[in-house]
Amino acid sequence: MSGVLAVLEQRDGGLRKVSFEVTSAARRIADVRTAPVEALLLASGAVSEADQVGRFGADRVVTLTHTAFARYAPEAAARVIAECVKSEAHDVVILPASAMGKDLAPRVAAKLGVPLVADVTDLAVENGAVVAVRPVYAGKALLKVKVTRKPAVLSLRPNVFTPLEQRRKAEVRTAAIELPEGAGRVVVRELKAAAAGAIDVAEAPVVISGGRGLKEPANFKLLEDLARAFGGRAAVGASRAVVDAGWRPHADQVGQTGKTVSPPLYIAVGISGAIQHLAGMRTSKVIVAINKDKDAPIFKVADYGIVGDLFEILPRMTEEIKKIYG
Amino acid sequence: MKVAVCIKRVPDTETRVKVTSDGKTLDESGVKFVINPYDEFAVEEALRRREQAGAGEVVILSLGPQAAQETIRTALAMGADRGVLLQADRIPFDGMTVARALAAELATGGYDLILFGKLAIDDYNQQAPVIVAELLGLPCVTAVTRLDIHGRNGVAEREVEGGVEVVEFPLPAVLSVDKGLNEPRYPALKGIMAAKKKPLEVKPVSFAVADVEVLSLTPPPERKQGRIVGEGPEAVAKLVQLLREEAKVL
Repeated sequence: MSGVLAVLEQRDGGLRKVSFEVTSAARRIADVRTAPVEALLLASGAVSEADQVGRFGADRVVTLTHTAFARYAPEAAARVIAECVKSEAHDVVILPASAMGKDLAPRVAAKLGVPLVADVTDLAVENGAVVAVRPVYAGKALLKVKVTRKPAVLSLRPNVFTPLEQRRKAEVRTAAIELPEGAGRVVVRELKAAAAGAIDVAEAPVVISGGRGLKEPANFKLLEDLARAFGGRAAVGASRAVVDAGWRPHADQVGQTGKTVSPPLYIAVGISGAIQHLAGMRTSKVIVAINKDKDAPIFKVADYGIVGDLFEILPRMTEEIKKIYG
Repeated sequence: MKVAVCIKRVPDTETRVKVTSDGKTLDESGVKFVINPYDEFAVEEALRRREQAGAGEVVILSLGPQAAQETIRTALAMGADRGVLLQADRIPFDGMTVARALAAELATGGYDLILFGKLAIDDYNQQAPVIVAELLGLPCVTAVTRLDIHGRNGVAEREVEGGVEVVEFPLPAVLSVDKGLNEPRYPALKGIMAAKKKPLEVKPVSFAVADVEVLSLTPPPERKQGRIVGEGPEAVAKLVQLLREEAKVL
């Protein structure tokens, strides 16, 4: 039976939030076509919340297990997913555009010989065809495309699709699979975790970014203090200027040559708002700007702004946020 | 060490996007084009690999309009040996079509490494390197921030959410590289002069009809006009109250 395949993501046996986003989006497409949603997990053993995926609209949750899937195994994963799509004749395949998905989705599309529509932020079915919207030029424009061939393979930008509860009694199945000898030439030998409690800017519900207004690298401690006050929900980002100056690692850069983020709350501190920075954060739900220059372009995109000295404002803000989450 | 680097001519990051009257494509009038910033890291890495090996060749491959010759010359000025332009009036939107054209050119090159920038800052597709690797049957590691190669084996690091993956792979391989891998050199005047004389082959390409149809290119929705809550630390309490009660994000 043709349906929609949602490819889920787990790490260390726990489901990642994007899995629910992908499942909800798959449900949305499937409802238009009255088709079933199958959710596929690749793991080295049972995944703790796999049965929870039904809450977000999956009709069937299949976990395929192999020791190779203890870490991301790009070549084996692509092969297994493509085989699954072929054997079940899925019409639509949806993956997350996470770090893993950005690597995996094109592999799957290539194996199926079909195009990939990557980093999608909106999705619909029009006259039976999948229509997707994706930001281009780092969000300075939106490109709307129609996929004219089946299966349609799409990857979804994290944090954009809201996981919607749509309770279904999902059929849950786990099966151990075999992989051919030498199925993976590319081997993830190790996953070095970032500092304990650190959360990635691409995934954090709250992103607090600093720019040149911080004056020197040590002052980012003020942003880190504020991030901690959010109780593990916030990440510290940075503008291109301070990354190029070597103050902060590139992994933290938000903008056209860094990460594009869409958190529920984005706080820009001491960032003037160059067009390439705005491109990376303008799809955030709520934007707060703190800047001493009331004419800074950042205030044009901000929902709320405070004009003033960030060195006075940040400690006060940390106190206020602690009252809420402390 | 024979290395191919695939580069793209893209609008500069300061570009303000205007759409042409067809409603589907970028109005290129007045737009400044540059080498895709991530591709500079790929060119730099290729040059370093050739220098370390003490022998070899760095070939620059680009798909684009005639003007992309200038982009290729930029990479030649950095020190690459020769260039190939797959000339087409427009660069197709879909990564599969682009990858097919690149793979056809790369297939017979006998490259030890094929390098790309992590993504092109115009289409943000982030898929051509992987599809090229699949089409050529080569291993592929994407978004590499650190690279060690010993003999025919490589170890790369790539950033994932909340960590770094350490990835092993055999050569030949396709890699896409991220900012942080190296610090690209600026072309010296001598290099710029030399680049003018380096071989640059131009080959016309044509494409099959893509399986993805562009419906529209539009500016993003304007953000609602925001407001200045106040000045200085005294405004913080009001801001937090608004975030909580009006925006409901706390």
